[in-house]
Amino acid sequence: MKLLLKNVNLLSPYQKLNETDTNIFIEDGIIRQIGKISEAELKNCKVIELKGKYVVPGLFDMHVHLREPGREDEETVVTGCNSAANGGFTGIACMPNTDPAIDSAEVVTLIKKQSANHLVDVYPVGAATFGRKGEVLSPMAELKDAGVVAFSDDGVAIKTASILKRSLEYAKMFDLPIIEHCEDESLAGGAMNESINSTFLGLPPIPSVAEDLIVMRDILMSEYTDSKVHIAHISSKKSVEMVRDAKKKGIKVTAEVAPHHFTLTDDAVKTYDTNVKMNPPLRTKADVNAIIEGLKDGTIDCIASDHAPHSIEEKEMEFEYSPNGIIGLETQVGLSLSELYHKKILSLENIIEKLSINPRKILNLTIPKFEKGEIANLTILDIEAIWTVDKHKFLSKSINTPFDKKLLTGKSIGVINKKKMFFEGLFTDICDEFSGN
Amino acid sequence: MPLSSRHLLGLKDVPKEDIQLVLDTATTFREILERPIKKVPTLQGKTVVNLFYESSTRTRISFELAEKRLSADSINFAVSGSSVSKGETLKDTVRNIEAMKVDMIVVRHAAAGVPLMLTKISEANVINAGDGIHEHPTQALLDMYSIREKLGRIEGLKICIVGDVAHSRVALSNIYGLKTMGAKVSVCGPSTMIPKFIEDLGIEVIYDIDEAIQENDVLNVLRIQLERKAREYFPSIREYSRYFGIDKQRLEKNGKDILILHPGPINRGVEISSDVADGNSQIILQQVTNGVAIRMAVLYLLGTLN
Repeated sequence: MKLLLKNVNLLSPYQKLNETDTNIFIEDGIIRQIGKISEAELKNCKVIELKGKYVVPGLFDMHVHLREPGREDEETVVTGCNSAANGGFTGIACMPNTDPAIDSAEVVTLIKKQSANHLVDVYPVGAATFGRKGEVLSPMAELKDAGVVAFSDDGVAIKTASILKRSLEYAKMFDLPIIEHCEDESLAGGAMNESINSTFLGLPPIPSVAEDLIVMRDILMSEYTDSKVHIAHISSKKSVEMVRDAKKKGIKVTAEVAPHHFTLTDDAVKTYDTNVKMNPPLRTKADVNAIIEGLKDGTIDCIASDHAPHSIEEKEMEFEYSPNGIIGLETQVGLSLSELYHKKILSLENIIEKLSINPRKILNLTIPKFEKGEIANLTILDIEAIWTVDKHKFLSKSINTPFDKKLLTGKSIGVINKKKMFFEGLFTDICDEFSGN
Repeated sequence: MPLSSRHLLGLKDVPKEDIQLVLDTATTFREILERPIKKVPTLQGKTVVNLFYESSTRTRISFELAEKRLSADSINFAVSGSSVSKGETLKDTVRNIEAMKVDMIVVRHAAAGVPLMLTKISEANVINAGDGIHEHPTQALLDMYSIREKLGRIEGLKICIVGDVAHSRVALSNIYGLKTMGAKVSVCGPSTMIPKFIEDLGIEVIYDIDEAIQENDVLNVLRIQLERKAREYFPSIREYSRYFGIDKQRLEKNGKDILILHPGPINRGVEISSDVADGNSQIILQQVTNGVAIRMAVLYLLGTLN
């Protein structure tokens, strides 16, 4: 099948491409031509007019919780992938806190199998320790062979310095990073950030120093072992400063931030809405400002959603008892464009780097290219589209978001990957070999 | 003049006029409590549910008695443990109660924010009888009533809240209410029991109990909640008692007649000694009587709003 993306703005910072009003000609999911397309080629070709829209390398979210296996009532691999495609992502990395955890080749294989025929590439993150218990190393080599791209005990930090040291040393053999949920266990267990608001609201606090302590530990251990640490969902000012300093020293540390941590503060908790309960918690204006600085100067490498589906029943509980986390795949692009691009904090190139290129670099994955013969792996953005978030239109199985009814500017309008397209709410095969079956 | 809200969730945003109205109304009910026949027909036909998710003796009895004195039909609904262990969600429980056509819900819960949550599920007037470490507004109102009764005013007084401020719903409600009424509020306790950002509320923090006694007109001594996590926050009960406990010797040393309140139940010999608790200057039992009058006032003012 032939497909023409007509009059697009092609933006691929990795290749230093920035072309306006160009055409991308795709045949059976492979890029055949960029630029001027001959009349003969256009015979029997599906043409999509995209004047003013941007085509960028397929976006990638390196922090997603799929609930399969274990809580398929909240999200499955397939519904999570649907949600990703609808949000503009062609690839995701999924976290190992499933039940059972991703600590055996079997679970990796299951997730891979469930996503095999989907447009979205799914890369499991293996548990760093068996059962994420922080006691014994997971079978990292076996997990790597099965297809994991990193190791993490996400949900919690790797329990002790000694097992962290061994994890880093062992993972180094495969050049894979350890992704850390940074929170000191002995200071954990609260319901919101420690601030004047936690006093106002009478909610048990989580101090930001709980995050900072582990960020510090992990940076030191990364330096000592010369192995890669990736700080997940960074949320505090101090942590951003420490990562900045560590990078200056050449320590192999990278960091991501979730959109809620650059858009909301703990003022949002005042209604006791469980859809603003997450871990790390929303912090203060000073933290948000530090995160924005970190995004600007490259201290924070990428934006990742920490998409965490929870059932309605769980989120209807008392604030203190309700589980942490919100979904984010389908609001991430809109929030990033609204809050960072349109507010002139980041350029569009910067946003693409943080939403597509850098996460793949961190996970040693191939970065999609716009070249003849390459498989088309791309996202189409309408950066000026003004739209209202409607959680009931999400493709995720869950609806736990604090951004429902929020007005945003900019969104993904379609994705192409693995010879499939998602456009105008529909998945279609764009390869004749498959469409005949 | 009616109250400006149809619920009493906390004292944080309650205006001075409302607090004044509750205190004045309580004065009327306080007189009724001294009569041989202590019952009025004010809330006849109204149904009040006391929904207690956390064990409580005095607050529940105080509310129940207030309801009965006002001739309301009152029902006690005690749930041990949280909704999680019970199996039924809070939302379902409240909807079930709602379906039985109740007018008011008095709620106590170990989790902060539950009273607010109830206002979103139910049409009834909601009264917070204590939510987690958040607020306990009727306790603060009765404390203020007791201070006013004893000293004739609240405005301009210097009042110190002593003890585990960080884990006390009584402390927070008192701070809000007293500040609104124009008192100068301070807190005193071990630094581990003082919330980190409490000065942002515009109150002073004192770590020396003698200084607190010297500088204040009233001490509101909180109960050290031995059954809670409080014990992890100081080295030993003995040490707490030695450095923050109020006893006769300490009061005499400071040579000062000071009003001492305690929300009860008392840990004798821990935060307050028996001689002080039973002494003349204290009004701890009057606080309990005043509690019934305050709750009658709140129930009456909310129950006759609609």
